[in-house]
This record gives sequence, C-alpha cells and structure tokens, in this order.
Amino acid sequence: MDFLLVQFLTGLANASALFLIASGLTVIFGVTRVVNFAHGSFYMLGAYLAWTIVRALWEWGGREPWLFVSGLLLAALAVGAIGALVEMILLRRIYRAPELFQLLATFGVVLIVQDVTLALWGPEDLPLPRPRWLRAFVEVAGERFPLYDLILIFVGPVVLGLLWLLFQRTRFGILVRAATQDREMVAALGVDQRALFTGVFFLGSALAGLGGAIVLPSQNANLQMDLAIIAEAFVVVVVGGMGSVPGAFLASLLIAEVQAFGIVLVPKATLVLVFLVMAAVLMVRPYGLLGRPQAHARAPTGSVAPVIRAAPGVLKIAGAIALALAAAAPLYAGPYALTVLIELVVFILFAASLHLLMGPGGVVSFGHAAYFGLGAYGAALGVRFLAVPMEAGLVLAPLLAGLFGVVFGWFVVRLSGVYLAMLTLAFAQIVWAAAFQWVELTGGDNGILGVWPSPWARDKALFLWLALVLCLGATLLLRRAIYAPFGYALRAARDSELRAEAIGLDAARLRLVAFVLAAVAAGIAGGVYAYAKGSVFPTYISIPKSVDALLMVLLGGVQTVSGPIVGAVAFHGLFLTLLQWVEWWRAALGLAIVALVLAFPEGIAGFVQRRWEARFGAAS
Amino acid sequence: MSSIAPVLEARGLVKRFGGVVAVDQVSLSLRAGEMLALIGPNGAGKSTCFNLLNGQLRADAGEILLEGRSLAGLPPRAIWRLGVGRTFQITATFASMTVRENVQVALLSHHRRIWRFWRAARHAFVAEAEALLDQVGMREQADRPCGVLAYGDLKRVELAIALANAPKLLLMDEPTAGMAPAERIALMELTRRLVRERGIACLFTEHDMDVVFGHADRILVMNRGRLIAEGDAAAVRADPAVREVYLGSGTTSGGH
Repeated sequence: MDFLLVQFLTGLANASALFLIASGLTVIFGVTRVVNFAHGSFYMLGAYLAWTIVRALWEWGGREPWLFVSGLLLAALAVGAIGALVEMILLRRIYRAPELFQLLATFGVVLIVQDVTLALWGPEDLPLPRPRWLRAFVEVAGERFPLYDLILIFVGPVVLGLLWLLFQRTRFGILVRAATQDREMVAALGVDQRALFTGVFFLGSALAGLGGAIVLPSQNANLQMDLAIIAEAFVVVVVGGMGSVPGAFLASLLIAEVQAFGIVLVPKATLVLVFLVMAAVLMVRPYGLLGRPQAHARAPTGSVAPVIRAAPGVLKIAGAIALALAAAAPLYAGPYALTVLIELVVFILFAASLHLLMGPGGVVSFGHAAYFGLGAYGAALGVRFLAVPMEAGLVLAPLLAGLFGVVFGWFVVRLSGVYLAMLTLAFAQIVWAAAFQWVELTGGDNGILGVWPSPWARDKALFLWLALVLCLGATLLLRRAIYAPFGYALRAARDSELRAEAIGLDAARLRLVAFVLAAVAAGIAGGVYAYAKGSVFPTYISIPKSVDALLMVLLGGVQTVSGPIVGAVAFHGLFLTLLQWVEWWRAALGLAIVALVLAFPEGIAGFVQRRWEARFGAAS
Repeated sequence: MSSIAPVLEARGLVKRFGGVVAVDQVSLSLRAGEMLALIGPNGAGKSTCFNLLNGQLRADAGEILLEGRSLAGLPPRAIWRLGVGRTFQITATFASMTVRENVQVALLSHHRRIWRFWRAARHAFVAEAEALLDQVGMREQADRPCGVLAYGDLKRVELAIALANAPKLLLMDEPTAGMAPAERIALMELTRRLVRERGIACLFTEHDMDVVFGHADRILVMNRGRLIAEGDAAAVRADPAVREVYLGSGTTSGGH
C-alpha cells in the first residue's frame, strides 16, 4: 500500500514537468496552428541554461534555495526570449505554408539547437551539484520520499492556476482564447496578430524552458532530452486535446501515472503502455479528452495536385539506362562505390514507400522510419533468435513491418492533419523506445550484430544485384499500384472524400491498405539495409531517419511518380555524402531545411508550378 | 404512372439538432421517371432532409425505403451501391484527374474493380466513360483535368459520375447553384431528358423558381422543418400557405 502511495506521488511529480511542456505546446498550437517540433529543444535549453545560471548564482551568493528558484525562472525567461526570436525570424514567414513544411522547419531548428548546445556545453551530461536541502527526504507513510519531488507535485497545479488567471483575467489571455477558437475572426477585429503570436511563443517556450529547468536536479542536462521529451509531449497534447490547457493537465497526470505504475508492472514496456492508453482515449474521443474538432479543417495537401500522366518514353529510356549502369557497376566501380550504390537503392525504395502515402494517399507520416526499422529488426531478430538464413530474414522483414503497419495504420487513417502527423510520430517513437529499452530482445543501444547475407550473396556485386531486384522491383510494383485502379481510388479519396464515399469508395480502408503497403515496402528496404550493413541499431527508427525520408520525397516532388527516385538520389547521393565531411553537419542540415522551407513555402512542386504558370500562363 | 410502386419512400422523418427540430415528420414518395423538387426558404430544412436521404445524417425517427428496402443506418457508400447517384451543392470531383478518369473511377467502383494493383486504370472502361460523357456533352473535354474546368462543366461531370452506376434514384442538391441562367436551363433540360429516358427517379432542391417551375413534375414546399404544400407547379403557385411563406419572408426568389 505504502509503496503504491509513493509510486503515485512520483507520478504526480513527473506530471508537473510533463504538464509544463505540454501546456506550452498546446497553447502555441491552439493559436498559431503550428506543431512546434522545436518545443523539445526549448525544454533541453531550459535544462542547460538553468545549469549555467544556477551555478553562476550559487558561486555569487552561496547555494541558497532562493537563488536556485531565481535561476530556474531566469532560465525560463531566457528560453521564452529564444522562442520569441525563433518565431520572429522563422515561423512568422511560414504560417501560411502547409503543415508539413512548418513541422519540417521546426525540425530544422531542432537540428540547429542540437549543434549549438553541443558547441556551447560539450557532449558530456551535466549534473547539477546538489546541496543538502536538494537531497532532503521526507517521511511519507513510512517511506522516504524526496522533498524536491514533493514540491514539484505542486508546481503543476500552481502553473495551471496561473495560466487560468492569465487566460481569464488579462487582455492577452482573452485574445489567446479567442484566437484559439477562430484566429481569422480575431484578425478581422483588428488585433495585432504579430504581437499576439510572438507573445504566445514567448509564453509557450518559457513554459517548456521551465519544464526543462525543474527536472535538472533529478536528471542531468543531456543532448538526448529534446527528442526524448517531444514524443511524450505530443502524446500528452493529443490525449488532452490539441489547444486545451486543462486537457493537457489531465493528460499529463494520466500519462505520468501510467508511466509511474508501468515501471513497476511492466518495466520493459512502459512506452507501449502509454501508447495503449493513448489509443484507448482516441478510440472513445478522437479529438482527445477535452479537445474539440478543429474549426478550420484543412485538406492534408495544400493545393490541387496535378494530373498524373503516364511516364513519357524518354523517362522510361533514361530509367532503363540508369538501371543498366547500376547493374553493371561491379565492372567499373570499387567496393566503396558499390556500398554507396546499395544504400542508394535501399533509400529509393524507402522514399518511394513514403511517397505512396504522402502523394496519392495524402497521408503525411512523420514516423515512416518505424517500418524501415521494423524491417531491419525483423531480419536481425530472426538471425539472433532463430538463426534463420538471409532468405528467410528477408521475408520476416516486410512481415514484421506490415504487421505493425496494420495495427498502427488502423488508428492513423482515422485521423487527419496534425493529429495524424503526431500519431505517426508517436508510434515511431514507441517502436524506437522498444528497440532502445528492451535490451534482452534488441540489444538496446548496442544493436544486433552479425546480420550477414547468405554465403552466395556475400560478394558485393551479387548483393548489389539482389538489392536491385528486391528494392527496385518493389519500387516498380508501387509505381504500378499508383497507376492501377487502386492508386486512382486512393487519389480519389484524397481529392474529395465526400465524392469518393458517394461513389462507393471506402476512404479509410483505401488509406489503410496504402499504409500497410508502404510499411511492407519500407520493411523490405530495412531488411536489405540490415544485411548490407551487417547490423541494426535503434537509430534506424529515430526521428531524423523519418525526416530523411520526408526530405527525399519533398526534394523530388510529392506529386510526381518519379519524384521519390529523383529525391533519394539527390538527397542521399549528394547531400549526405557531402555533409559527411562537414563537422557541424546537423546544424548544416538544419539550416538547409530551414532555407528550403523559406525559399519554397508552398513546396517545391508548387514553386515549379507557379513559375511555370508565370511563364507560360495557367493551363487553359 | 401512379400504379407503379415508388422508388423512394420516406415516412415520418425527424431530425433534431439540440433543441431545434430541423426536419419534423416529413414524408414523401417518388416514382421512376419523376422529377420532384424540394423547395422552401433558407433554413426550411431542405438540406437536412436531403442529407437524411443520402445517408450523410442519421434520422432521429422515421424510415427511408429504396424500392422497399430500408436505408436506415447505411453509410453513403452503401447507399450508392444500392443505386443512388448524387450531385453536390458545391461540386465535388477529383481535381487531380481528367474528366474521363473521374468517370472511370466511378465505373471501376461500380464494377468492383477498385482493388486491382497491376493493370493501368487508364485503359479501363474507356468506351463506357466516353458514352456517359457524350450524354452530358463533355466528351470533347474528356482529357482536361477537372481542376481547371468551368463550374457549369463540373456540374455536368458530376452528373456523368452520378450516372455511372445506372442509378434508380438521383439526388441533386441545388444542381444549378452558381451557374449562369442559360447554363441552368441547359443542365435541367439534360437532366430531365436523362430521367425520362432511363426511368430514373430524381429529387432535387433548388432556389431558382424558374428551374423549379420549369422542370419539376411535382413540388414539395418546406418551411420550418415541415412540409406545408405539395403539388404541381400551378397548385403550388396558387397555394396560400406557400404565398405567405415566400411573400412573408420577402424572398421571392427569381422575382417573377
């Protein structure tokens, strides 16, 4: 009993930090409709800044509690200022861009902040020295409970109360609530949107910074904090209902308690438990506990997609020549070039699989790496536990990916827009966490080694041909599906769900099948990749891997069938190979993403279309 | 004609939104080859009534029978399979496809060929699609993307799509909204001809009284959720209740 009480209190303490982050995210989303990926970065910055500021204050005035509290608040304010600055420099320019581009831009910020933090504070984890009063315990029902955690329990409700006062009693708060309901109306009433949005970003970022600062005494400041927290924050915001602060509070309590007791009951699967809770909530309430359907539901794709025509003969010939050159590569290229070529072929399929979802399906998945990774782990687990040969491993790979595609896809296709993107991301993080956490099964961070091809395929040339057959074969099958009745029906459901249903098409089922096909294809890519590398690691499932796939599809153009192939070649072949030689490659990639979004806010395809129409006039 | 069993029959339909009774005890029936217009001032409950019939909304009470078969609780796509074609007040077509492809998708769905992953859809049911486009006068534009069509042409494409499953019943929500007067008459003439030729039952809502009086065989008038009058053009014109509703609210649409 006593143990349960302590566990319950621990959950409450964790809920406070979670609420601070999630409330900031939800307020920002409510007003600006931007899903701020960089919110986890603000949380991380909060921890690092608090580490520096608190230590400086302590050096100046002794290790006093009031200086500690002041340090935390100063850190929060500093993060708020950084958030406002990011809003003014970057986000202000892209409020009208498609959601996908906003997410990408804020992900660019994540990468930049990671490298900046690394440059300023170094790669080591930074613990805060803890004076006696920070290490104190209190007696709760006969058990020792940290005093600091006990105080944290009250932080969440106090902040909720302060936010309530802010939203009910101040002009700023009333405007925020009004804008959350209908921001066009607020603009029409002559409210300065710029100041309001910047203010909201300041508030939201400061809350995230405070969240990072208050966990500093119990966790060290480290470089993994940003992406670790963002998935959890997304889950809380989705469960609570996007834009709802009380919803975020309830959801953070729920999720934190599920985690607190989950650690006791199923220590290896806390994140799976969290996922199940989220799934249960979304089944009963698709807009979260206290959320409402979005007033301004936008179509998943920003503009009207162009007509897809059959590939012209020139393109087919070019494709055949490229294929012949690739197949003949062992005759003229060295082993390193062959390795690069194999990877390239894998990523073409990875990009093509995501393209099926994003283009014809209109489903923007932010966690497509999950299925790539599941494919890789499917093969690797087969090798590790069943000692299966490569041939069987390459069957297990798409099987595992497809299985999860069915389960996750069932939920995903019922949502749209931001909820959908967040859900795909959350699912991917769950798979990643399982690969990372479940050491007995997956080897955790050390991965699974010794995933070697069968003897006949050990020769690089033969493996290249195998990869060409499997990956390009699957890519061509996906292409055929796009041109086949299924692809047309899928596009029909994307163009007009109303009309699609009115001619007997089941839009959700079409999307689900597309989701599973994409998962299976990504699984094949992952399986081939595992054997090419000889090992698998949790990084195969990480968020940056998902973003790689998105970038490949976007670079090539979402609405052209050959886009993902071109995009994969451009992104992987040029971009990454060049960036390998840059020391601060994360920041460079982040800046490139931000520049891309700023230069083409309507997407590359939209940009080309606009230029085309400017020169030759709109098509009739 | 009157001896034929009705294609569509609705009895005692009720739909409430909170405290508002949007549709209150509405009954109607419709025979093959008949054009039935549903009219009434704004907020009379026409669109709600329409959405109950096409499955978009679920009725709180009452029943809807298509050739004697209950449609209660069926989603729009299942109702379509039973032979109900629809056009929308604001046209809904597939903008990323050509006119022909729009009709082809409807034909593929009708023939249950959607779950095919190999053969290119471009070659499927070309002749049938073009025959349908011929009937609505859109064959010359078959290769144009729907995204660039004029509004009146989109309405014709919608009609061709709605005809793709050889419907028994055609539901048209304000078929001529947003069209120029000459286009309106042309579209309704076309609809009327198709309805007669194919023995389709057609129910439409409409604001334009010229369209209503010129093309409906029978007219239902709604106000505040209830049916207040029913009959042919002359009877409805002369009905005092109808006069009161329209003159009283000052919306004599069309001004004639």
